[in-house]
Amino acid sequence: MEQKTPSKNNWLMTIWRTIRVPLLAILSALLVGAVILLVSGADPLKAYAALFKGAFGNANYLKRTLEKTTPLIFAGLSVTFAFKAGLFNIGAQGQLLMGAITAGFLGFAIKGLPPVLHIVLALLGGCAAGAFYGLIPGLLRSYSGAHEVITTIMLNYIAINLTDYLADGPWKDRSGTNVIARLPLIEDSARIPFFGPVPVGFIIAILIAFIIWYMLERTNFGFEINSVGLNSHASRYAGMKTKLLMTSALVVAGLLAGFGGSVETLGVVGRFQPGFNAGLGFDGITVALLGRSNPFGVILSSLLLGAMKGGANVMQFDAKVPHEIIDVIQSMMLFFVTADLVIRKLFRIIKDTGGEVTLTAGWGQK
Amino acid sequence: MIAVAVFSFMKNPSVTEAVMSAMIRFAVPLMLGALCGIYCERAGIVNIGIEGQMLLSAFTAYMTNVWTGNLILALLAGALTGALLGYFLAVISIKLKLNQIIGGTVINILAIGITGFFYQVGMTTKGKFGPIRLGPLAKIPLVGPVLFNNPPITYIAFLMVIISHIIFFHTRWGLRTRAVGEHPRAADTLGIDVFKTRYLNTIIGGALAGLAGAFLTLEGVGTFERNMTNGRGFIALAVMIFGKWNPIGSALAALLFGLANALQTQLQFMGINIPHQFIGMIPYALTIVVVSGFIGRSRSPAAEGTPYEKE
Repeated sequence: MEQKTPSKNNWLMTIWRTIRVPLLAILSALLVGAVILLVSGADPLKAYAALFKGAFGNANYLKRTLEKTTPLIFAGLSVTFAFKAGLFNIGAQGQLLMGAITAGFLGFAIKGLPPVLHIVLALLGGCAAGAFYGLIPGLLRSYSGAHEVITTIMLNYIAINLTDYLADGPWKDRSGTNVIARLPLIEDSARIPFFGPVPVGFIIAILIAFIIWYMLERTNFGFEINSVGLNSHASRYAGMKTKLLMTSALVVAGLLAGFGGSVETLGVVGRFQPGFNAGLGFDGITVALLGRSNPFGVILSSLLLGAMKGGANVMQFDAKVPHEIIDVIQSMMLFFVTADLVIRKLFRIIKDTGGEVTLTAGWGQK
Repeated sequence: MIAVAVFSFMKNPSVTEAVMSAMIRFAVPLMLGALCGIYCERAGIVNIGIEGQMLLSAFTAYMTNVWTGNLILALLAGALTGALLGYFLAVISIKLKLNQIIGGTVINILAIGITGFFYQVGMTTKGKFGPIRLGPLAKIPLVGPVLFNNPPITYIAFLMVIISHIIFFHTRWGLRTRAVGEHPRAADTLGIDVFKTRYLNTIIGGALAGLAGAFLTLEGVGTFERNMTNGRGFIALAVMIFGKWNPIGSALAALLFGLANALQTQLQFMGINIPHQFIGMIPYALTIVVVSGFIGRSRSPAAEGTPYEKE
């Protein structure tokens, strides 16, 4: 990474250079959304105003926005961590599900523990399940060459089927007249509380983002992960255990996603229910790329997406706009932020020095 | 497999027929989806957007059916939508040289958004494609009703499998496509237009995924539901890999997974309950086994996923 040491009045420029492409991508996506709204006969300004109100309008709305933001931060960190090692973790979805259901199971099956201990235990269980689910594609990639994109897509659907089965079979909520496939409510002792309007899970997510940033930027392990991502051949030549590093990158990615799933089960939903966190893994990709694969960027972009998800219901109610417009805008954000070439042409930006993302391109064998 | 089918047909003809028909209904969208993947990937473009291509095409086919009541027009609308999304993926991967996995993800999220945004409950259609009997062929016991008494997209799917096999392995076009997917530089040196080959194959593939979507709304289910593809695009991906990027191999894999599903439903009627989720896992688990090289090995085209730069 060649980067000029920024002089005093230059660091603002550096930040601006880093964030301008994501910002313009967001703006362009909102414009595309506005055009679609116009075509469908809705008033985009009214819709976006309602969206904003629904996201930040009062303490309750803000609370929901932060609840929606929390799992996004974890999913985004998961994808980011794998990116740094040059791996594409499409599997955040599956890892998140495994974590969510494990935490949900530990949350209702263990009774009579003191609150903090119960929460910690359920979180640890969820993290372990996610980490295990990252270990599988990690080992397969390192030792058999099976590309992680293929294996994690497949593992996602195995996880969906497995959690559906558990929620409709052995772990099903059999209380009263329940017929829905879901787990019983977790014990009160396993519930992650609130700190005013702020979910404690959100605070944990911010802390974890700090830890991940420290790990990546200030530790040997982080240095080696980055170096494998930039050039795995050179890293091996320099004596790094690249196979072990790639495996552990996916284990950490899985752990983070599993953590996110657990926090959602224990702090937001209160039980595991299939379908409640559909799509979060792919949201993680959007968040990671919008955040330029930087943990703090991930927090900001998660807040943006979380606000959109949190405000969508109010927008649907107030402005009579189907909430799926959020998905359209999100896909356009993902497109524009990846297509920074398009953005730069549109807005006539010549050079860009922001944390570029290095990605392995496809799943061709090496 | 054939022996088992014949044996069970002699014991219980109507049940066997039902199971085989259900197998075909389940397999057709997977076959078409897998063909889409094969066209794209043999030319070197990774397509994980099959799911989104199917979903959006299912929707436009349905809407065309609602508006015009013309099934042929609806079918064409589905195929055209798929082709357009194929073109979009091609521009993303060839012209803009973006990461193709992200390109596919964009298509998937976009399709969920657009279909959800424009779909309204309570629309009705004049109906769906009915079966067409292929004359005397339909009178053959077991084979007739199962294979030769189907609605049109099913015939198109089987036909496309055979045509694609011939295209890929017995024509100049196929040889060139495979060359572009394996070693674009060499192909370029020999005067093959790498970009054109990639564009065309991705668009053809998209049209096939469009047919798969049209199958769902015009033949299979007959109506549209939110997110109705329900992972079929990803099973198609699994089918493609399990079938080793080969049209006939993929078609057989699709039929195999179709059979597993049909059998599970039938066994449930008979009181034997294998949770359907376990059947659902099979294609994915087998794909992991195959790409990891535990049993056999399925290799992807070598140049897949890398944008080509002319020197």
